[in-house]
Order: sequence, then C-alpha cells, then structure tokens
Amino acid sequence: MRRSLLLLVLTGLIATACAGDGPSDTASDATAPETSAAVTSTVAEATSIMAAVTSTAAATTATAVAEGFPVTVAGAEISDRPRAILSMSSTSTEILFAIGAGDQVVAVDSLSNYPPDAPITDLSAFEPNIEAIVAFEPDLVVLFSDPGDLADGLNGLGIPVITHIAPTTIEDAYAQIAELGVVTGNIDGAGAVVAEMRTTIKDLVSQYSAPRAPLTYYHEVDNTLYSATSQTFIGSIYGLFGLENIADRADADGTNFGFPQLSEEYIVEADPDIIFYGCAVWCGTNAETLAERPGWDQITAVSNGAMVELDDDIVSRWGPRLVEFVSLIEGSLAQLQNAAA
Amino acid sequence: MSTSVTPTPRPARLRWGWLAASLGVLGAAVLLGSTLGPAGLSPVQVVREMIGSALFIDHASSLDETQRAILWEIRVPRVVLGGLVGGMLALAGASYQGVFRNPLADPYLLGVAAGAGLGATLVIAYVPRAGSNLIPIAAFVGAVSAVAIAYLVGRSVGGRSTMTLILAGIAVAAFFTAAQTYVQQRNGDTIRQVYSWILGRLSTSGWSEVLTLLPYVLICSVVLLLHRRLLDVMSVGDHETDSLGISSSRVRGVVVIFATLGTAAAVAVSGLIAFVGIVVPHAIRLVVGSSYRSLIPLSMVVGAAFLILADLAARTVASPAELPIGVITAFLGAPFFAVVLRTSRQYVG
Repeated sequence: MRRSLLLLVLTGLIATACAGDGPSDTASDATAPETSAAVTSTVAEATSIMAAVTSTAAATTATAVAEGFPVTVAGAEISDRPRAILSMSSTSTEILFAIGAGDQVVAVDSLSNYPPDAPITDLSAFEPNIEAIVAFEPDLVVLFSDPGDLADGLNGLGIPVITHIAPTTIEDAYAQIAELGVVTGNIDGAGAVVAEMRTTIKDLVSQYSAPRAPLTYYHEVDNTLYSATSQTFIGSIYGLFGLENIADRADADGTNFGFPQLSEEYIVEADPDIIFYGCAVWCGTNAETLAERPGWDQITAVSNGAMVELDDDIVSRWGPRLVEFVSLIEGSLAQLQNAAA
Repeated sequence: MSTSVTPTPRPARLRWGWLAASLGVLGAAVLLGSTLGPAGLSPVQVVREMIGSALFIDHASSLDETQRAILWEIRVPRVVLGGLVGGMLALAGASYQGVFRNPLADPYLLGVAAGAGLGATLVIAYVPRAGSNLIPIAAFVGAVSAVAIAYLVGRSVGGRSTMTLILAGIAVAAFFTAAQTYVQQRNGDTIRQVYSWILGRLSTSGWSEVLTLLPYVLICSVVLLLHRRLLDVMSVGDHETDSLGISSSRVRGVVVIFATLGTAAAVAVSGLIAFVGIVVPHAIRLVVGSSYRSLIPLSMVVGAAFLILADLAARTVASPAELPIGVITAFLGAPFFAVVLRTSRQYVG
C-alpha cells in the first residue's frame, strides 16, 4: 500500500516535470515558422536581401561580433560569422567554396566530392546521424533535405540550420547562393559568383541561334528510362535554348514530380534530335550501348551521333558548375548545327 | 470463361475445355499486348503485319521502318517475356503450394526474392558500369544461394517436416532482406535503380532476355508438368505417399529445385514481380478444383496471360510514362482474387 502510494507520487512528479518542459518548447517552436516565412519572402530577390543585411550591419556597429551579424535567415539565427560550417549538401559545399567560405567549412558529407579540397567525411546525407554531426561542433549546418527532423534536433542543441532544397528555377538557385553569402559573411563573394554565372550563361545562350522548328531532346536520368520534364530545374536549363522535351507529355499533370519513367517504344516514336544521358558511370551507358538498344537505331539522335554524356554530379547539383552544364549544351548544339550545315 | 460451379466432385483429370479456354485467354492477351501501347501504331496495321510475318509475307502492312522496329524489337519481345515470366511464376507457385501442402506458399517462399534482391543490389551499388548484363547473373546466383541455404538450414535442424524448411526460408529471407536494405541505404546514389529493379520491370534488350530465359522455362516447366500426378498423390500426406513406394522427400526436392531455378531465372530478368505466383494458382483452384493435374498446366497458361495484361496496363495507364509492373500485379491481383473467392462457394480452405 505504501509502495504503491510512493509510486503514484513519483509518477505525478515526473508527469508534472515533463509537462513543464513541453509547453515552453512548443511555444519557442511556434514562433520559428513565422520568422522563416517572413524571411523567405525577402530572400526571393537576391539583391533585396543584401540591401536588407547591409542596413542591419550599419545598425550593429559597436559590438565584438563580425560585421553583418547577427543575421536571421529562413528561421535560422546566426549570432556571429560562422567558423565551423558543416555542409550536408554537395551543392552547398560547392557554393560555399566558390563564394570564399571554404576556410570556414569544417566538414562535408560523403557525397560532397567537389571541390577536391573540401573536408570530406563519411557523414551520410541520406541517413544523417545527429551525434556524428554534433561531434564536429558546427556553428552552422547546411542541409538539402531534412530527414528525421534533423533540423529540429540541431536547433534544439542551439545549432542554426539552413535547408536549401533542390530549386525548380535558376533564380531560386541564385537566391540560395546569395543567402549562403549572407549567413557566412561572404556577401561580396556570393554576389560575384551570381553575377559571373548570369553573364556566362547569358553569353552561352545568345551564341546559339535556335532553328525555326525547335529541336527535340531526351534527357535520360538512368538506363531504366527515367527522364526529367521541362518543369524540373534541369529541364528549365534546356529550356533556355528553346529545346523541346519529349518527356513533357509523360508527366503533364505533375504526378511524377517531373521525373517520369518513359516507355521505350514512346522514346523511339518521339524520335528526339538529341539525347543527353546520365548514369554513364553506374549504368555503363554510352553512345554504343544506346545504339544497341532495340529499335534505337531508328532514332534521329542515334543515327546522327547526337548523344551527349552528362556528368551526374554536375547535372544533379545547382551550384556554380551549372555554367559547365550550360556550356556543354551549347557546345553540343553548335556541333549538331555544324554537322547539319 | 465460365465460372459456374457444380457441387459434384470435380474430375481430377485436366479437361480439354478448360485448357482450350485458358489458351484462348492467352491468345487474346498476346493480341492485345501486341496491338496496344504508348507508340501510336494502328492496331489494324499491327494485326496485318503479324499475320503477314506469320505467312512470311514482307510488308503486309503500311507500318514504316520505325514502327516495325517498335513492334518487333520492343513490344513483341516484351509481350513474350511477360508470358514466360508470368507462366513461370504461376507454375512455380502452384508447385510450391503442392509440395508444401500450404495454400499460402508462393514462389518467393524459400528466399528467392530476398536472395535475388541482394544479388542485384550488390551489383548496382558496388560494380560501376555493370550495365544490364551482370545484374541478372547476380540476381540468379543470389536467388539460388538463398534457397540452397534455406534448404541446408532446414535439413540441419532435422526432421522431414516441411515446416522446418518453411521457417528456415523465412529466416534466410529476413536475413538477406536486411543485408539488401543495408547495402541499399549505404549507397544512396543508386537507390533509384535498386527500387526500380525491385518493383519489377519487363524491359528488354530486343530478344536477348527472352532467349536467356527460354531454356530455363522450358526445362523447368517440363519437369514440373511431369510431376503433376505425384503432387496429387502427395496432397494426402508424406506418410501415405511413402507407403505407396514414392519418396515424398525426393519428389519435394526435385520440385523445389526446378521451381526455384525457374523462378530465379524469371526474377533475374524481370525483378521482383509480386502476386502472380500466389493469385493465379488460387484463382484456378477455385474455378476448376484442386487437382494438380489441372492446376499445374492451367496455372502456367493463365499466369502468362495475366502478366501480359498486367504489363499492358503498366505501359498504357499512364502512357507515355510507365508504372512499375509489381504495382499493377498487386493492384489487379488482389481484387481479381476477391471476385473469384466470392463467386466460388465451394471454397472452404
């Protein structure tokens, strides 16, 4: 009888203690989305955010904190210029090094294989382990997705997190670069990278004079015939050259999120003028294996040899090397036009 | 096909009427599978082209060269492959159900799917530029190894009970699946290819998959068809079978080996297509009775037709995008099974 009473009291105490913890947590969480929503809207324009931050910098001058800090972007409050950035996104890793934040990066995930001097670790971006991340004592973590509420977990430990998901437009990609400039204190570097990318891409696109009837293309993700429509980021890049995507019909309503798996007979019938293929390394795809596929010798791109190998790393990322991809498309189209002329 | 059920005991012998009816369904499936598809070939011209080639007449249709390539190098091989895979899986399922006297047995019971999945995943994850040649070999080896291990484990536990073998199969399958999932998760960049393989796909490189699979299906189906009477005998029990001078463990061994080889070969080229091996034999059992003399041959024919039609749906429902065929077989198979179950009042388990 006595023991059960004691147990009851204990349980009551524990319950009260837990309840006491709970509300304060949720209250602080609830404010986060609001701020992030407010800031995300300002982030849309890369230029406006820089203007906003410059004004903040002017307001906080007489502190020991680095110029431009503290800064709050997308719900993440960064009190001072980060010195220990951990990137769990191969795109963000490329951006960080390009904008001059490379020496602030302490660790990058196992897929961040570029640039070569990035401090690669065996951290998995797909199955992240929060303890392994915290062990690096980062003062900023950059993610491209948030599996298992990783961001909440890190925020709970006082580590700010920026999540840069795959963009659908090139402007969104520029905005991410600008934002990384802001949060790392490399606004000028980020601005220069974006400006350089804009100019180079504009020049490359203007070098190509599109024929009256637009060329059709097939973008192959892998040899199970997954493709990407014009609604995807990669599709929007081909769209700069006015190319027509044969996969668009396969995902008109967007149920495949822009990545439909095409029927082989449809590809042969659609008869694309040019084929861009990925998965060269893992699938062993090349111009020969494409030509060997049943019925593919009937495709114009195959008979003209207009098959272009893609670097999976470059086409699956949206960082500064996007320029190389645009240049590859321009070069391939120019070659095709020269051959025809 | 009539589904009228008479309360009288069914004759054990295969009735020619049922065989003719199921062959008719298969013929219709082949015709539909060949005439319909995402490429807009005129069905009339496709039929003319097919009749023409059957009679060795060139250019019997108005199909151009591209359209003929689509028909003969992409669509027809896929229909034939679907028939071989579907027939093999349903046949193996019926055979497994016979030797284990277990209506819930399917061709993946002893770990074929888990083994094939591990083999394919290992190649996709660790062998760059493997292409499509190495994956089927690895899947086949994985499938056969898993069943061999299950068999050895089951025997080492002792006893001739089929239960120990089934439990060993479940254990091996669980272990192989765990290993497969581990490899898949450690190699996130190839995860889409692994999933694509697991969900099953009747993709062909012209006729090469058909020619690879054909000998396995021929040999395995002949052996299993020859065992259909013995499976009827075995349905009364191991002791009773042994007392007739037939070694039940030997019959079981032979049937398991050939059903496994055939399934492994089918899975190796098509991925893990679910439901065919369990639904088709059951549907037939409900309609024509449980004699293996009927069940074994009819399962093969109807299984072939079922998978051809499922693949037709996979190609056309979201055309020109594709759906994974494994999704279609489960989606069509489950309601189909429920309908057969309802219409048959004789089914008492």
